[in-house]
Amino acid sequence: MARIVLEGVTKQFGRTTAVDAVDLEVEDGELVVLLGPSGCGKTTLLRCVAGLEYPDGGRVRIGDRDVTDLPPRQRDIAMVFQSYAVFPHLKVFDNIAFGLKMRKVDRSKIRDSVERAASLVELSDYLDRYPAQLSGGQRQRVAVARAIVMEPAVLLMDEPLSNLDALLRLTFRAELKKLVSELGTTAIYVTHDQVEALSLGDRIAVMNQGRIVQHDTPTRVYAEPASRFVGGFIGNPPMNFLAGQLGGNGRPELRIGEHAIELPDGSAPAASGETLVGIRAENIVPATEPSPGALPARTQVVEPLGSHLLLTAAIGEQLLKVVAPVDFPAQPNRDLWLRLEPAKLRLFELDGDRLPAS
Amino acid sequence: MTTQAETRAPAGRERQAVRPGARRRRVARVLLYVAAVLLSLWVLVPLYLITVTAFTPRDHIFDFPKPVVPTHLSGETVDFFARSSGVISALGASVLVALITLAISTALGAPAGYALARYAFRGRAAYRLAILSTRAFPIVILAIPLAVTFLTWGIFDTLIGVALMHTALALPFTVLVTSSVFVSVPKELEEAAQTLGCTPFGAFARIVLPMALPGLAAAGIFTWELSWNEVFAATILTLDHPTLPALVVNTLQGASLPYRFAAAWFMLAPALVGIFLIRRYLLGLWSRVGH
Repeated sequence: MARIVLEGVTKQFGRTTAVDAVDLEVEDGELVVLLGPSGCGKTTLLRCVAGLEYPDGGRVRIGDRDVTDLPPRQRDIAMVFQSYAVFPHLKVFDNIAFGLKMRKVDRSKIRDSVERAASLVELSDYLDRYPAQLSGGQRQRVAVARAIVMEPAVLLMDEPLSNLDALLRLTFRAELKKLVSELGTTAIYVTHDQVEALSLGDRIAVMNQGRIVQHDTPTRVYAEPASRFVGGFIGNPPMNFLAGQLGGNGRPELRIGEHAIELPDGSAPAASGETLVGIRAENIVPATEPSPGALPARTQVVEPLGSHLLLTAAIGEQLLKVVAPVDFPAQPNRDLWLRLEPAKLRLFELDGDRLPAS
Repeated sequence: MTTQAETRAPAGRERQAVRPGARRRRVARVLLYVAAVLLSLWVLVPLYLITVTAFTPRDHIFDFPKPVVPTHLSGETVDFFARSSGVISALGASVLVALITLAISTALGAPAGYALARYAFRGRAAYRLAILSTRAFPIVILAIPLAVTFLTWGIFDTLIGVALMHTALALPFTVLVTSSVFVSVPKELEEAAQTLGCTPFGAFARIVLPMALPGLAAAGIFTWELSWNEVFAATILTLDHPTLPALVVNTLQGASLPYRFAAAWFMLAPALVGIFLIRRYLLGLWSRVGH
């Protein structure tokens, strides 16, 4: 159990800066997900924590130790790799026991610990097999057992589910969440899959171009994205963005095209002028009849997705995604009226940063 | 591959749609087999004749036509060759030279191969090319000045001298092949071992080495063969202490036919055994060297 503190961690590869002066704190027992598109530096940052990369600048602290200059074996960490990295020439038992043997734990204790770890990941019947005789999912279980048997202060996971097929990923995700929360280990989990991040993280650190752009709870990252990038990256469908104007005399008002929406008091930023309006698809209420405050639009595509309909609608030239109930009478190329829930509107500057509320 | 695809596909649809293609494929396959058989015969027939003749008693060597299955067999000729003067000591010299070559080229080449496989360093591509280009240097041009140098160093006509020369010949191969062997062991395995308590060297010794061992052994046997079969340098750099190929080349001119066949078989057999042992790895090794 330990707290992780990163201060100004920077890592360069040649002329590209993979990680750019990142500060991050992970509380004791917390699971933080590093989420971002490929190439955003999330894996490099994780490897800096593991000691597999040496940062060009900044410090890494685990617990009350500065581990920046320590090799991986002295950091009290364990890591699960994307490619499993299970030792193919060792049986499952010896794979899981590897770290304990390196620590020179005595044999009977090793046997107990390995068996306990194996039962946690449901591998008890496979201890005598070689990794080549296991499925991908089982190999990843070996990798997880090999890490948790060390009872590390910090558990690091680098896209551990991304090599599994979709169904397996779903079940293993839930198991992993249960396992990690029961162990209570401080953990950093790297993924590019926003659903995985939302489902697993106590907090999510969204990364882009080597920097952490938002570090918050899944709910807040989803509902209150700090930038256009975060809103567009998280959520399926991604957040809608519309061009609008802020203004109004006395009452704060948002204009989209020729139509005005009154903003709730206190939610409007002090600024006025051109703005980007962000709103999630499920926060738009569609109707087939006009009503006060609803924006006229036109349905373009109707996609029935089982639990709901996904509409693509156009307000003028601007397209947006709208979630409608399954029984909503939507037809392509018909008029549609959209009410954007005022409390759910998020306002951004044109360059993508969130506008500060007044 | 083809057979798998055919059996897996639903029979009816496949038959109608692919029939002309299937016939063409079958013809291509027959041609391929014919070519493979011809190529094998090209190599195997001489090997067979050498072996059979080496074990045929003297008075039957010139029998013609030869029976397909040999009728007269004896170890007489081979025995005679083995007993003739210098053969045993040359055999010993060959074995020693090959062992020394193997030891030095592995000690120098394997670390270089590991570095090529794992580390991105400045000039890596140029380094690879430089290694490869040494193979283009004709040994004929190298041999005479080398003999002179060896004379002044006092290692002319010694096993270590020949072994050094063979090491120079084998090293490019050792470096490139071991690098391809190390590349095939994923880097994450080493890193995983390091997160589990290994030092970098410990991770190499416990994880990489066991996994690379078959490939390294194959590379070693190949180096051995290279030294075992090398004639030119061995002939020039030795006088009284020749290796087996050097001895055979020197004495072949005046030797009788049975002696020649026995000598040929003596050279051939260990080489074949070696190749047979590593046959599974050879294709893989060579195909990976290109990367």
